[in-house]
Amino acid sequence: MTPTTLDILFLAFGVLGLLTALTVLGEILRGRLPHGQTNPVVETFVTRVHSWWAMVILLSLAVLGGQTWVILLFAFASFAALREFLTFTTKSKADHLSLVLGFFVILPLQYLFVGLGWSGLFTVFIPVYAFLLLPIVSALRGDAKRFLIRVAETQWGLMICVFCMSHVPALITFEMPDGSDRSILLIVFFAMVVQLGDLFEYFGGRQFGRRRVAPGLSPKTLEGMVAGVIAAALIGAALSWITPFGLLGAAGMAALASLTGMFGSLVFAAIKRDRGVKDWSHLIPGQGGLLDQLDSVIFAAPVFYHVTNLIWG
Amino acid sequence: MTSVTNYLRRIAARLTGHALAFVARFITAVRADWRGIEPIARQRVYFANHVSNADMPMIWTVLPGHMRRQTRPVAAADYWLKTPLRAFVGPEVFNCVLIDRRPEARQEDPMEKILQALDEGSSLIIFPEGNRNMTDDPLLPFRAGLYNMGRARPEVDLVPTWIANLNEIMPKGEVIPLPLICTVTFGAPIHVAPDEDKDSFLKRAADALLALAPPPPGGAS
Repeated sequence: MTPTTLDILFLAFGVLGLLTALTVLGEILRGRLPHGQTNPVVETFVTRVHSWWAMVILLSLAVLGGQTWVILLFAFASFAALREFLTFTTKSKADHLSLVLGFFVILPLQYLFVGLGWSGLFTVFIPVYAFLLLPIVSALRGDAKRFLIRVAETQWGLMICVFCMSHVPALITFEMPDGSDRSILLIVFFAMVVQLGDLFEYFGGRQFGRRRVAPGLSPKTLEGMVAGVIAAALIGAALSWITPFGLLGAAGMAALASLTGMFGSLVFAAIKRDRGVKDWSHLIPGQGGLLDQLDSVIFAAPVFYHVTNLIWG
Repeated sequence: MTSVTNYLRRIAARLTGHALAFVARFITAVRADWRGIEPIARQRVYFANHVSNADMPMIWTVLPGHMRRQTRPVAAADYWLKTPLRAFVGPEVFNCVLIDRRPEARQEDPMEKILQALDEGSSLIIFPEGNRNMTDDPLLPFRAGLYNMGRARPEVDLVPTWIANLNEIMPKGEVIPLPLICTVTFGAPIHVAPDEDKDSFLKRAADALLALAPPPPGGAS
């Protein structure tokens, strides 16, 4: 067993231990309520912990399996996310072929390029080539009604659900300064700080949140966000041993990822509000859709990827 | 020998059914919204909007196993008996009640076959528009069949069932389905009132079905 595998197992069991503790905590909170009563905050917490079990087990198995499995996992996540997003966008019959191309050609190619490590191509493929190609395919069908809205919303979906999401597995292609195969651990680092930052933001905001950052859009508060970013930075520092960032660098990268992710959630809240939906889908029981769970991760991924390459590449 | 073959065909039908349900879930993540009824095995007639050949498999997919085995789609014999493959999938996988749409050629009364299936305890899936809706209107005028069923067997629940998004998933003339999320919404059951005439009942049924339709994507703009 390589040292990297041992570290992955160590982290996986650490996270599973943490989840066990959170599950027990949830049951204690439930048990303290009078018989037959439920508290919505506690129930939200418990359902979130349940879906984390599934996410952690899936990600751990994929990371242990290696690069191919991680890329496949995120390709399927992109597929599910794009399916949720495009369900709510403006489209007409004339867009059928371009949307089919988005799902069955653009998406697999993007992940193929990530898998091959062609960073020069996968960072421009969707923003340049898909951006130019898909409107042509739609235009050839000759329907001008709401054309700009249709192609713009489709491109936005591809950017978020495929382009941004693919930057998570793309972290594998980062060449570690010491030449080791530990870049796969960057995915673990990134996912953990963003998701745990979100958790602390949620509970921090509930405890002592006062000033809403975007009233009318989201219950996020300044106090909650500060609590979340600080928590993410501390967790990042504690995990600095799996990164090439160093102690302060890891704290800074974790804070940056967490903050970008929170603003990402805010943007997604605005889109959902605009479309009149509460959740993107019902894929994750009690949680809503994949996009509801991963909006922050998706938004933060390209920033984390590029800053990592810029400073430590 | 025949019994072994029959047995194998039944296994093949069950496996095909599971495979079709898996494909439907993979492409559309199809989900049931039990808005007006509970997912329990009561005898019902699910009447749904019809825009695509995938409509019936969608309803069939979201029904839990115990309800699925009790539910038979009412479908056109000329479609489902055209090829050996369809003749396997329609009658054996979906356990369709096949009726002849051509009044001039048919041997038996379709309503008799439908009532017979109801009397055997089956639930039914029917598309009261009769044909696939290729227009921009949300629904075509309903045929009389739903009224006749409700009149002849007034104790059976008639459940409006709206299938959302399928016209975008599989528009007419397209070959590859677009993976979008499909929702099947089951509304509150209706019954034919004792003194209700055909037209007012059919209008009430269409209104109950339309009330389940979600607003179009992109909002009202």
